[in-house]
Amino acid sequence: MSGPFLHATGMRGGYGAADILHGCTLSVDKGQIAVIVGPNGAGKSTAMKAVFGMLPLREGHVSLGGRDITSLAPQARVAAGMGFVPQTRNIFPSMTVEENLEMGGFLRRDDIRPTIEQVYALFPILRDKRHQAAGELSGGQRQQVAVGRALMTKPQLLMLDEPTAGVSPIVMDELFDRIIEVARTGISILMVEQNARQALEIADIGYVLVQGANRFTDTGAALLADPEVRKSFLGG
Amino acid sequence: MLLDLLNALVALTNFVIVPATAYGAQLALGALGVTLTVAVLRFTNVAHGDTMAFGTMVTILATWGLQALGITAGPLPTALLALPVGVAATAGLLLATDRLVYRFYRQQRASSAVLLIVSIGVMFVMNGLVRFIIGVDDQRFDDGTRFLVSARDFKAWSGLDEGLAIKTSQGITVLTAAVVMIALFWFLNRTRTGKSMRAFADNRDLALLSGIDPERVVAITWILVAALATIAGTLYGLDKSFKPFTYFQLLLPIFAAAIVGGLGSPVGAIAGGFIISFSEVALTYAWKKVLGYLLPLGLAPDGLAQLLGTEYKHAVSFIILVLVLLIKPTGLFKGTST
Repeated sequence: MSGPFLHATGMRGGYGAADILHGCTLSVDKGQIAVIVGPNGAGKSTAMKAVFGMLPLREGHVSLGGRDITSLAPQARVAAGMGFVPQTRNIFPSMTVEENLEMGGFLRRDDIRPTIEQVYALFPILRDKRHQAAGELSGGQRQQVAVGRALMTKPQLLMLDEPTAGVSPIVMDELFDRIIEVARTGISILMVEQNARQALEIADIGYVLVQGANRFTDTGAALLADPEVRKSFLGG
Repeated sequence: MLLDLLNALVALTNFVIVPATAYGAQLALGALGVTLTVAVLRFTNVAHGDTMAFGTMVTILATWGLQALGITAGPLPTALLALPVGVAATAGLLLATDRLVYRFYRQQRASSAVLLIVSIGVMFVMNGLVRFIIGVDDQRFDDGTRFLVSARDFKAWSGLDEGLAIKTSQGITVLTAAVVMIALFWFLNRTRTGKSMRAFADNRDLALLSGIDPERVVAITWILVAALATIAGTLYGLDKSFKPFTYFQLLLPIFAAAIVGGLGSPVGAIAGGFIISFSEVALTYAWKKVLGYLLPLGLAPDGLAQLLGTEYKHAVSFIILVLVLLIKPTGLFKGTST
């Protein structure tokens, strides 16, 4: 297999007649953390949705592990190895933490117990709260449930849409630590982040999107050091 | 004095507690069907009363068939043997209705208000279907032993002036309702399919992302609704009698029960069923007898001490319904607000 693990090239498309993405390209290698940053309305979340098949593409291709998945529906992409954590409404609020994880592994026919244990090892607080309704947890804990649910299919690529939206800075740091841990197990991460500076600090590769197209692409550290990126997108 | 108290208690049990418990169990089963439709399919199914009528009608026809063949359930009503036929036929009807009607609107992502109006149309069709097949008249189809405890035996056994009668249909109603409810909760909380239904009710988009097949969830929901409606309708028919118009009217207390408990909450539906039934029976019961035993001689009421005539029993459900909507719109067990 040659080329990056996830390769989305020249994506062009939108919800209605007008395009939101104008030739956006994203790629992530195995075990890498890729972060999409950019101003509001740059199409960050839209680009992520396009990768996941939730947005019809007029142009461009998406491949995962060398296989072209451009025409697959989101559910089929989950089966193909993608995990997606939406920004909002990403848990089953009236179900217990453990049931949330079970539903995450709904497609699997093998024993999901070991994976549940892995999620508990990654997020120990969830083990303590496993019989509690997920909707009763704090914001940070809910995000952990959401990430845990997506990990239940044993994805090779985990996509996170603003995982730290609305959580405290301490919880944000902890979530980023956990995301690094997930990446260390060989899972590729593609993440949209509002907290650009902190996200780029942990990013192997960063994409700065402006108006639905790539503006800057570099390692996270290089983007953080780039004066133009700092001035325009990181607030100095 | 003690004897008076016992007599009052027996009279209360006989005229209020036993009938209200049986009626409450029937309402609870009906409300469970309504609440499942709200939770999973996201609309208020006005056709539920007529679904109950259809299921009961098929059960009655099957009962007559069994009786004609000389098959009975001995001391139990034959209708219990015929119940699976009624459930199967009703499930078939609901699945066909979904395929022909509701699926179209689901694909259009129609609002729950549109689906409610659609279900009114479905109601009229089912209504006509039932009247066309079995007619509009009263049908009695209970057989087997009539009483578990008869008033005469109870008087002889206890030596009290007041008798206590428990009809077989009342005993069966409570027992069947308990079994059905336990089975339903076990299904929803313990099985993979049941959990997938709850997940779908909770967060439809995330359920799709998790690979839960929506059409399968919808089909299973209709089958459960068919079973609940047919069982509720048959138990009601055994306890009282079967008349299509009565079943249409049952929609009111059933909706009140589901809303009082909290639409979408199964526990709420059960609690709501009993709240409505006890209120209806208690407010329309003539308390003269019970009060006569309890109060000192001179204070016993001259009148019937009946707060409302039985003709107004549906008004009771409505008053409770309105009060709940005003004070606690999400119901007792935080369902979706209406």
